[in-house]
Amino acid sequence: MSRLYVARNPRVAARSLDGEMMIMSGRDSTLFTLNKTATILWQSADGATPLDEIVEHRICQEFEVEPAEALHDAETLARELASHDIIQISEEPIPQPSPGAGEAR
Amino acid sequence: MPELTAEVEPLSLVIAIGGVPVRVNTTDPAFLDILQDRYAGFLGSAERAEIEFDVDVSPPVNPVPHIGVRVTQRRGRWSLQAGDFLAEWEPASRAGRIRQTANPYSIDAVLRIVHTLVLAQQGGFLAHSASAIRNGKSFLFAGVSGAGKTTISRLAPPDVTLLTDEISYVRKQDAGYVAYGTPFTGELAKLGENVSAPLAALYLLAQGSANRIDPIPPGEAARSLLANLLFFAEDEELVQSMFHSAFEFVSRVPVSRLTFVPDSRVWELIG
Repeated sequence: MSRLYVARNPRVAARSLDGEMMIMSGRDSTLFTLNKTATILWQSADGATPLDEIVEHRICQEFEVEPAEALHDAETLARELASHDIIQISEEPIPQPSPGAGEAR
Repeated sequence: MPELTAEVEPLSLVIAIGGVPVRVNTTDPAFLDILQDRYAGFLGSAERAEIEFDVDVSPPVNPVPHIGVRVTQRRGRWSLQAGDFLAEWEPASRAGRIRQTANPYSIDAVLRIVHTLVLAQQGGFLAHSASAIRNGKSFLFAGVSGAGKTTISRLAPPDVTLLTDEISYVRKQDAGYVAYGTPFTGELAKLGENVSAPLAALYLLAQGSANRIDPIPPGEAARSLLANLLFFAEDEELVQSMFHSAFEFVSRVPVSRLTFVPDSRVWELIG
């Protein structure tokens, strides 16, 4: 079974305020507010860590949830975020540009 | 043989909104009259305008007049398009050109767009918001159409100077922000005063059964401000600038919800 990699889109603007992550699409200025799971996914989406590891080490640690169910939900969430160009998803590791642009402040 | 062509005398005026002088050149005296009437109180005499537009007054520019506004940039040149105007502006040369019919609304839209582009690079913005000065400080009252911007402007007592009942002009200055008067009006149909004052607070308007001010969480403040900003450009860099500017603003300026009964007692809470 192939693994899924996720990476933040450096072309979106992101800010965390009082634990609330907000993201604005640079493409069409749409504003998204991420829930806790989506925030963890966004913060962990470094292009190098496979999604199943993010789920195991971050999401399952935070929430009491079965790993298989959590991975299924995380994949659905990742594909939804990707459909809005907030993250990129790939079955291969995703090279990242130099730190800075678009990172959460 | 008689001269068949005559040199057309260029006519111009300077429209200074937010302290940014914009020179408008035209060859149409009737259009100049329209502008002088529309921007009375905001006409300047700056020798060196920061932006200069040549306006070609022409027949309708677009066969489909209802298309939305498109603002794009290519190689340092902005293109502004809508059903009733076509415009270009090159910040490096400070110069631009507008093609429109002889009406005040098209150039009004162009000016709003250009000011949003200028302000976005400086940490400021235009917002759907009424604004006013009281006791040397300015206050913003933001909300969508129907939230009460015009109502609260109408209710202002005599010691309040109205800056606008519709679109506020906010510049970042030193450690704070300054609100300027604008000629952009809403239902009040009255131009704001061309003055400015340091910004003391942003109120998000809501109408209710009692006058009260409630704090709101920073995240909601940022989200609400972003929802009320005017921004048109399809430009990722500027979108990011505007986004971060909104967060910086809410970290420096108190943002609260102002619930009000539509009568003048609400102003007892302001200033």
